[in-house]
Amino acid sequence: MLKQINRIFTDTLDNEDIVITEATTASDVEEWDSLTHIQLVVAVEKHFKIRFTSREIQSWANVGEMLGCIQGKGV
Amino acid sequence: MKTFTELKKNLKQDFSGFKTIKVAVLGDTSTQLLVQALRGMGYEYKLNLEIWEADFNQVELQVFDPGSALYSFDPHMVVLFQSSHRLLEKFNKMSSADHSGLAEHELNSIQNIYSTLSDTLNAKVIYYNYTEIDDSVFGNFANKTEFSFLFQLRKLNYELMLVAMKCTDLYICDISSLQNQVGKANFFQTSVYINTEMVLSIEILPKVAARTLDLISALQGQLKKCVILDLDNTIWGGIIGDDGFENIQVGTLGIGKAFSEFQYWVKKLKERGIIVAVCSKNTDSVAREPFKKHPDMVLRMEDISVFAANWENKADNIREIRDILNIGFDSMVFLDDNPFERNMVRENIPGIHVPELPEDPADYLEYLYTLNLFETTAFSNEDKERTRLYQVEAQRNTFQKKFTNEDDFLKTLNMSCLVQPFNKFNIPRIAQLSQRSNQFNLRTVRYTEGDIEFLSASENHFTFTFGLEDKFGDNGLICVIVLQKEDGGALFIDTWFMSCRVLKRGMEHFALNTIAEFGKNAGFKTLKGEYIPTAKNEMVKNHYQSLGFGQNENHWELDLGGYKKKHNHITRK
Repeated sequence: MLKQINRIFTDTLDNEDIVITEATTASDVEEWDSLTHIQLVVAVEKHFKIRFTSREIQSWANVGEMLGCIQGKGV
Repeated sequence: MKTFTELKKNLKQDFSGFKTIKVAVLGDTSTQLLVQALRGMGYEYKLNLEIWEADFNQVELQVFDPGSALYSFDPHMVVLFQSSHRLLEKFNKMSSADHSGLAEHELNSIQNIYSTLSDTLNAKVIYYNYTEIDDSVFGNFANKTEFSFLFQLRKLNYELMLVAMKCTDLYICDISSLQNQVGKANFFQTSVYINTEMVLSIEILPKVAARTLDLISALQGQLKKCVILDLDNTIWGGIIGDDGFENIQVGTLGIGKAFSEFQYWVKKLKERGIIVAVCSKNTDSVAREPFKKHPDMVLRMEDISVFAANWENKADNIREIRDILNIGFDSMVFLDDNPFERNMVRENIPGIHVPELPEDPADYLEYLYTLNLFETTAFSNEDKERTRLYQVEAQRNTFQKKFTNEDDFLKTLNMSCLVQPFNKFNIPRIAQLSQRSNQFNLRTVRYTEGDIEFLSASENHFTFTFGLEDKFGDNGLICVIVLQKEDGGALFIDTWFMSCRVLKRGMEHFALNTIAEFGKNAGFKTLKGEYIPTAKNEMVKNHYQSLGFGQNENHWELDLGGYKKKHNHITRK
């Protein structure tokens, strides 16, 4: 799943060099700001055919927590 | 349409060859992604939008301060996006006694903004109208009281149209209609709104941008001026040459309603100044007949500026139409139900707009509505007169034929053909084609399923069916030939008919090669053909002659001994 999310990151942020781990946070990726965050969220939603709640979107401290949230939705 | 992520990739493209337009974007919600979408979509429209974006929620601050950054930017266009969500917020904060005055209050403020802008700048103002939010406080009664939000919002949209009529440089960008097309659930995403203050979903950004660019490019004079129509299965159901004048579907016959409504749409376009031309593979007199005589036809000859019905290829005909009308290909829209013709035109006519019409004619209109093809910035009486002017022009010009190198095009099609004798699987289709083929039909012998079963079992007959496939898809069984053994080593072509859909594809050559090779291998010396004229099959009058047959009294003969294969680009499967 991390691989799929990595693909979404490189595609949405248009940077092939991005490599994410569960510990990656927004400050580790140059293009990842509050504006691109919502694009990533929507792209992840579309890819896994899920919806995050508004609270969930604000809650993640790193990629791992986002991953946990996706898995929590039965993916 | 491109996605938002794809539009963002456009931002890295080279815009240097494009016209630069300075656009100021001011909004009361977050507009950063909209700005990216606008610039990215500009690339698709070959426009270099140089965009200045006001800080969040600074519309009035920028407009009413003569020394603001907006005025030093000096834009050609000002895009104003005041959202329904902020409107609702204002409404929520008002005392309920004042609710009935919301629209009027907003309208005054918008007019103030506009007049300040137009006093100071030489710019066009594009104003997004209000997408509907029903707060469901009054239920259906919202329509019966001025105190409901929905009442005020709709009143505001309506009054905005009245204001726009009076203000020459004010243009409404109708995102409300866009929301109606895609549905609110697709237009607006709550989690995006709560987290970013953006009232547009990521998915809708390209469509809002396109709708805005439609206006901007129309204001640059890039307009669609002409719609070119195919006839069979595009403006009526069925094939006029085969089905006959009385059997085409328009009006009450079959799914005629879909085509009637489509024709009404074209008629409205014509009345608003779009030139209507016809480009159809048909015999001219046959194609004109419904326009003159069919009681249910909406479109009539006087609605058509240029009428091109013949058997030449459509790219050549469209070039001819352009020469008569003297307008650019990029201002033309070509509507045709046939994917082959669409691709042929698309590949040969740069710039022309060729929508991918849906398969079901009932979907044509709804699909065309979403494309917003005919944006305009003005409407006058002269527009209504345009058709007549061009008709006169068209009469002066006679159609001269210029041939595109069709051979090169056919090569790219990867056509392949399945040749089979009659069998129990293809008999129903053969019977159907036999009853319906009128134009490309040499002797017009009609066969029932029973006749066909007899032929397939007969020792004196040889049967052939041809199914054609190309890179765009399978055309199905499109040609049938029946050969009959005669004394003296001759093979008589009892039947040869073909669907007109596949004309000019080399199918005649391929079919002749197939039967000539068969005849030769089976020890026959000659092929004999006959043409029996009917009211509808004039197009194959010279069929055998053009295939190299020699005349012998009232039939045609081809010597199989010296037969040389005819050139074509179809391979046998």
